[in-house]
Amino acid sequence: MFDKILIANRGEIACRVIKTAQKMGIKTVAVYSDADKEALHVQMADEAVHIGPAPSAESYLIADKILAACKKTGAQAVHPGYGFLSENSGFSESLAKEGIAFIGPGKKAIESMGDKITSKKIAAKAGVNTVPGYTGIIKDAEHAVEISREIGYPVMLKASAGGGGKGMRVVGNDDECRDGFLRATNEAKSSFGDDRVFAEKFVQEPRHIEIQVLADSHGNTVYLGERECSIQRRHQKVIEEAPSPFLDEETRRSMGEQSVALAKAVDYQSAGTVEFIVDAERNFYFLEMNTRLQVEHPVTEFVTGLDLVELMIRVAAGEKLPMTQADVKLTGWALEARVYAEDPFRNFMPSIGRLHKYSPPKESESVRVDTGIKEGGEVSMYYDPMIAKLITYGKDRQTAIDTMGNALDNYYIRGVSHNISFLNALIAHPRFGRGELTTNFIAEEYPDGFSAADVPQNDPSLAVSIAAIINCAQMGRATKLSGQLKSHERVVGDDWVVVIDDVYNPVNVVRKEGGYTVIQSDDVYDISTNWRIGESLIHANVGGRDITMQIDNDGPAYKLFHRGAEVRALTLTPRAAELNRFMIKKVPPDLSKFLLSPMPGLLVKLEVSVGDEVKAGEELAVVEAMKMENSLRATEDSVVSKVLAEQGETLAVDQPILEFE
Amino acid sequence: MQDIIQQLEKKRAKARLGGGKKRIEKQHAKGKLTARERVELFLDDDSFEEWDMFVEHRCVDFGMEDNKIPGDGVVIGYGTVNGRLIFVFSQDFTVFGGSLSETHAKKICKIMEQAMKAGAPVVGLADSGGARIQEGVASLGGYADVFQQNVLASGVIPQISVIMGPSAGGAVYSPAITDFIFMVRDSSYMFVTGPDVVKTVTHETVTAEELGGASTHSSKSGVCHAAFDNDVETLLMTRRFVSYLPPNNREKPPVWPTSDPAKRAEPSLDTIIPDDPAKPYDMKEVVHKLADEGSFFEIQSEYAKNIIVGFIRMEGSTVGVIANQPMVLAGCLDINSSTKSARFVRFCDAFNIPLLTLIDVPGFMPGTSQEYGGIIKHGAKLLYAYAEATVPKVTLITRKAYGGAYDVMSSKHLRGDVNYAWPSAEIAVMGPKGAVEIIFRSDIGNADAIAERTEEYRKKFANPFIAGARGYIDDVIMPRNTRSRICRSLNMLREKKLENPWRKHGNIPL
Repeated sequence: MFDKILIANRGEIACRVIKTAQKMGIKTVAVYSDADKEALHVQMADEAVHIGPAPSAESYLIADKILAACKKTGAQAVHPGYGFLSENSGFSESLAKEGIAFIGPGKKAIESMGDKITSKKIAAKAGVNTVPGYTGIIKDAEHAVEISREIGYPVMLKASAGGGGKGMRVVGNDDECRDGFLRATNEAKSSFGDDRVFAEKFVQEPRHIEIQVLADSHGNTVYLGERECSIQRRHQKVIEEAPSPFLDEETRRSMGEQSVALAKAVDYQSAGTVEFIVDAERNFYFLEMNTRLQVEHPVTEFVTGLDLVELMIRVAAGEKLPMTQADVKLTGWALEARVYAEDPFRNFMPSIGRLHKYSPPKESESVRVDTGIKEGGEVSMYYDPMIAKLITYGKDRQTAIDTMGNALDNYYIRGVSHNISFLNALIAHPRFGRGELTTNFIAEEYPDGFSAADVPQNDPSLAVSIAAIINCAQMGRATKLSGQLKSHERVVGDDWVVVIDDVYNPVNVVRKEGGYTVIQSDDVYDISTNWRIGESLIHANVGGRDITMQIDNDGPAYKLFHRGAEVRALTLTPRAAELNRFMIKKVPPDLSKFLLSPMPGLLVKLEVSVGDEVKAGEELAVVEAMKMENSLRATEDSVVSKVLAEQGETLAVDQPILEFE
Repeated sequence: MQDIIQQLEKKRAKARLGGGKKRIEKQHAKGKLTARERVELFLDDDSFEEWDMFVEHRCVDFGMEDNKIPGDGVVIGYGTVNGRLIFVFSQDFTVFGGSLSETHAKKICKIMEQAMKAGAPVVGLADSGGARIQEGVASLGGYADVFQQNVLASGVIPQISVIMGPSAGGAVYSPAITDFIFMVRDSSYMFVTGPDVVKTVTHETVTAEELGGASTHSSKSGVCHAAFDNDVETLLMTRRFVSYLPPNNREKPPVWPTSDPAKRAEPSLDTIIPDDPAKPYDMKEVVHKLADEGSFFEIQSEYAKNIIVGFIRMEGSTVGVIANQPMVLAGCLDINSSTKSARFVRFCDAFNIPLLTLIDVPGFMPGTSQEYGGIIKHGAKLLYAYAEATVPKVTLITRKAYGGAYDVMSSKHLRGDVNYAWPSAEIAVMGPKGAVEIIFRSDIGNADAIAERTEEYRKKFANPFIAGARGYIDDVIMPRNTRSRICRSLNMLREKKLENPWRKHGNIPL
């Protein structure tokens, strides 16, 4: 076994690999760029080597720097994580030349599976189902039309070197096909420097289901069940689970066996993933093989009880797999949610910046948090905006979902926008509960984007009770303020009204040992909690049920977050509530008439002035944030009626810059 | 006897109705509460004792002799907020449009005099169309009486004005003298001359809201210290606000118990200062993390955002915070931020509220508009305020403390009691680049030499050690331990005694 390994990655995956290495008694070396000096993976590792400036192209992607770091520290093996150099055969080769082990598959597997066209040919030859399509290179637009007609519309045009949705087009007829071909080739060229495009049948109601395989260097290969990753947004996985709620034993075995056959065909060694697209009739077709550890590998670890990183290290050290296919048992259900720094209310725009507040849920036998960041850390513009992966486990799917909901309630992040509410709403969605997933789930269920106000509260009385007890604690403390008039001290009543969304909820709340008794109409809620004023999370047992809510101050009211829903609760005395009915509800300004700053930043350029006619798409202003210039453009033809910010001004997020007529 | 009691009840009932049902309904339809409803909401339940309910005006002109409403358009009295004594007057828009008559003014003066004698804050809820024109100069005299009372009370008891309707013409100057002005969004406005006069005189077309609404005074003029969405929320927040204030200038601010430990460490503060000295960070994060329970009552949050002022509690007791905000204009001191913070410092000093100053200031703002605007005298206000202050002064330099701004911001030289620095502090006459370009003028043009010199200067001065060697900094503290250190300092200073020489009053540059 190795004494010391280097992890050629950053963020959560670097931390995750380090944890296993430490458990195995192996020393670890981290590498870091300028942006990651203070990062968690650097602190966790035994040694750390600086490898250059923040952009990954000048640091994490440079094989020679990693190699030099290995030599400098005497690392005997490199775990590449995912992304960066993980599927770069040149890198693994140059490691081999220096006698350093690559914790991953061999050159042949990486190269053959790295190319979409080659991989399909090999897969077909190995007896793996493939999507009907044309694996040759399409010559031009007319050729594309000819091929598409043969396959039958709808057809997907895909960049040969592609990934992540770039260079991909779905076309439904000849005209779309011609246009789509040009766009796909252009995108492929600019994104990957390779304009080769191929075509395949576009599968309807598709599910994304993948098989985890594991192979050693002694010819043993097993499959470790599947993961369903159908919940995607623009081809980025959002929620993954194992097993899939859709597969039967028969399909699982057949997918597994085909995957093993493919792995064997390329002399696969280490952990790898064979991705399939599955249609409504459980026909499955090979998509691609990822020759690395997948982001979502923890769900497989939960249901198999295996540590994939440990097995990868052992296999790389020449050990035999400790199990055969017959030993592989899937137990229970695991779910993974990817916590991103992005703004679901603003079309999922990535959010960068400092995590003022960051407290993940407590880890346990059923909750796992893979993260590379801590409070005060920075989500950098240079890397993927994933903050963490939250993985939960349960004896069945519903248990795993419930645990996930609770864990998300406990996930407190402030400082950057995040998708916690969105994730919580997703898993609480009835269709998700029924397991009726397709890769279009998000696009179909949230066609106009996501709004926390639209999330139904599963139990509105809960927010009322929590608001009432927060108020009770605050009022109780206020009675202890010094300097009160003797014998005329503040007396706080038990009757209150919690106003949420114009609904007036009368409550009676009384403090008791270890908690409160809240009465709402005829319902009595016994609530135990040891919440203290100022804590952002309230953990409470309400009538036997444990819940957690997040609390933010909002003037005299509180914002409460629970299971993806967000409410503003104002707690008033009965008399104040009576008077509050006279208050006029403020209509939020029609924001479509404004140009708002999408992020905090500096207004470096303002192109228009009052009275200017602007055309849709015209650049109006440039906001600089984190050294990046963001062009703000007109969404429709209009006339500027007011200029509300000056060039050079520092803007807050959502601050109006222009008003239109 | 029975008869008298019945008469009394009748009179009370009439007085309570103010301008009558119709006018009350009109007030409600505008989303506004009546004068008595506001008092009721503001004070603790059943704690209000009304005075002068039966006072009537004495005007005999223009038919006013037949038009009398008991109370004469203002409700006065006292009560408690969280059990603490507060005097209050509340103008009644349903009675003669809340206009100010001689007797109306007398009632206000009466409550203010009583508040001063009793040593308790006075809160005025303004909702008045202006002078009682029928009374002519008697009404004007009434205004002046109120102004005089405001000035006498200034620095003796806290005075808070809550603008809940119109406040126009001479009426604006009473709130202007008080310590804090809160406004209700969309239903209050303040201006010296209204839109009609503005149109006639300057030919500008402007709405009342644009001219003097809450958003104008919050962000443009700085007249308003805090704005809230409606009457109910404004009054609830005013209740919260007065809980920070001591009752008068002889007493210490109030205390309440907190479960937030004084020794709470904040490891994340260790990473808040970016490596790049030109990169901003949000100073409010520091304020929130130092405060009890993360709670901060910010004052003038929308105005001169390059400086942050407001109240927090530490170990349950009020502390006034002044902090440069590197996110806005790099935290430079300019005219607006100087006057904003100077007034705040003076309020705290007048009322025994300790000052916590958080510094990251690259200097005073350069430029003609600043010089022509008188940055010299306005900057001097802040300097004066800090130098004059005798309350406990705890100061922390988080990053830059350059030039004159270093001196001004509660430095050791201005009788700072405890001056801390984080390891990231740079205390110098100016930033390294600017300094090098002056000291080594001959090297300008030689980029390498300048870079080398800059690095040399940075090594020498861009740290807290030189200031530390001279005792200008008492200690360099770790960011994570800041709350604990400041709490301890404030405890140490709890009984601080320091007096300025006797004088009639100082002559602060105005």
